[in-house]
Amino acid sequence: MKEIFEILEQHARATPEQISTMVDKPVSEVEQIIKQAEKDRTILKYRTIIDWSKLGQEDVWALIEVRVTPQRDVGFDAIAERIYQFPEVYSAYLVSGTYELAMLVRGKHMQEISSFVTEKLAPLEQVQSTVTHFLLKRYKENGETFHLLKEANRRLPITP
Amino acid sequence: MLNIESTAIEARDNLISQKVATLPPSGIRKFFDLLSSMEDIISLGIGEPDFVTPWHIREAGTYSLEKGYTMYTSNSGMPELRQELTSYLELHYGISYHPEHEILVTTGSSEGLDLALRAIINPGDEVIIPDPCYVAYPADIILAGGVPILIPTNEENNFVVRATDIEARITKQTKAILVGYPANPTGAVMSKKESRAISELAKKHDLLVISDEIYARLVYGDEHICFPSLPMMRECTILISGLSKSHAMTGWRIGYVAAERRFIQALTKIHQYTMLSAPTIAQMAAIEALRNGEAEVQKMVQEYNRRRRFMVKRLNEIGLPCFEPKGAFYAFPSIKATGMSSEEFAEKLLLEEKVAVVPGTAFGACGEGFVRCCYATSLSNIEEALRRMGRFIRKNRLTT
Ligand SMILES: Cc1ncc(COP(=O)(O)O)c(C=O)c1O
Repeated sequence: MKEIFEILEQHARATPEQISTMVDKPVSEVEQIIKQAEKDRTILKYRTIIDWSKLGQEDVWALIEVRVTPQRDVGFDAIAERIYQFPEVYSAYLVSGTYELAMLVRGKHMQEISSFVTEKLAPLEQVQSTVTHFLLKRYKENGETFHLLKEANRRLPITP
Repeated sequence: MLNIESTAIEARDNLISQKVATLPPSGIRKFFDLLSSMEDIISLGIGEPDFVTPWHIREAGTYSLEKGYTMYTSNSGMPELRQELTSYLELHYGISYHPEHEILVTTGSSEGLDLALRAIINPGDEVIIPDPCYVAYPADIILAGGVPILIPTNEENNFVVRATDIEARITKQTKAILVGYPANPTGAVMSKKESRAISELAKKHDLLVISDEIYARLVYGDEHICFPSLPMMRECTILISGLSKSHAMTGWRIGYVAAERRFIQALTKIHQYTMLSAPTIAQMAAIEALRNGEAEVQKMVQEYNRRRRFMVKRLNEIGLPCFEPKGAFYAFPSIKATGMSSEEFAEKLLLEEKVAVVPGTAFGACGEGFVRCCYATSLSNIEEALRRMGRFIRKNRLTT
């Protein structure tokens, strides 16, 4: 069963028929497992990794370190939720170390991100401080590297 | 039988040895020239992994360069590597060799194969091989001064040589049986029963066995049977293998031979004069591969298995019946429904649909009626290639 998810994680467009062949299980069973996983949110979403720079439409990204004060009963969860609900926040994590929340924030331009930080994030009562790192170059995302040699450049077209 | 005369180099050149001049060129090479001039081809004709060597292994190679490991090693290979190899063979196949006397590190298993044949063959000795088989087997035997004896195999016997067929061809000149399972080009594996029968035959007629197990780690379902681990076979088997296929390390050129001391001594004698030692950087990388590469090997095997199931099913669906290949990364479908010869089929498919496969005849006369399709390529490539092949078959199927 784990194999079905491994395949989908790599290849979101794989059809139940294809997966059924690959894992040697009946199509109906694969469909059932996928449907159930979509329902119980084991599968959250099917996404595509796009190199927007190829379209000349690259967004601006920033990694933001946020120091926050925990609250009674709810710890960091309540403030984290306050913050991650903003659509600008792409990913959010509670981390160990010198700060508490790590955020990946996405905007159309630098201005959009800086106004998010100064107008929305920093003024929150529990937020003690923020450090914003703008991303200069994306090398690898979700296990995919952005600049790889094409297979054809590496292998001969026919070998014994 | 291998028809040497008909494919020989036309103009006899006195400066080239007769043996080389009359050696047939590889059927694959011929195809390669046609292919090189074309663009946008999907190739199912590549006999190597599409994975790049796992990073931790590449990194070990880089590190060894930085450290200045740029000199020869001992003829038989770095002691640490021979140690790792013996542990690896013990772990996976339960067979133990002495790292000092029974292992030789070679420049690819290709070298091991060549050394083994040269070390055992006297002029005119016969070596039995399956037909179809890996392109180097007959050529290496001829170059070593021997005579290849081809035993036909087919779908009915799962492309595995049968002991009874071999026995019928044994003569006073027979020196050895050369087997390579899992097999290139068929993907066939040898069952326990089949290998037992061959081992008993080898014992009965006092024959050597050369076992090319380069694809041993790429099996899907049944466990691989390491030939020398069969009863009484350790003493008469020369085991040839390497890391090319299992660890996606074809370009590093690293292989090994495991056998009893007298064989390793004989092979090493040739190796020390002709090769000195296997590439040092590759040896360092191989140590890392054997120590820490298992998880990556299994990941690759799992991925091949998915593609294998997919390709075999699709081949059968489009009307190219394909027996189930249980090893390596090849499918070997029958193309008889088209009425074309293997070469015609491969050439026409390439020109009309830009899909490259290898004609079965490149691997021996018994490959006629089949083509080799390699599934060591991305799933989307396999999908698109099979779509095009399906269209090709619909156009070219005999309608009687
Ligand atoms: C059956 C078989 N043996 C041996 C080899 C040679 O492998 P290497 O010299 O890279 O170890 C190959 C390569 O395609 C093969 O298919």
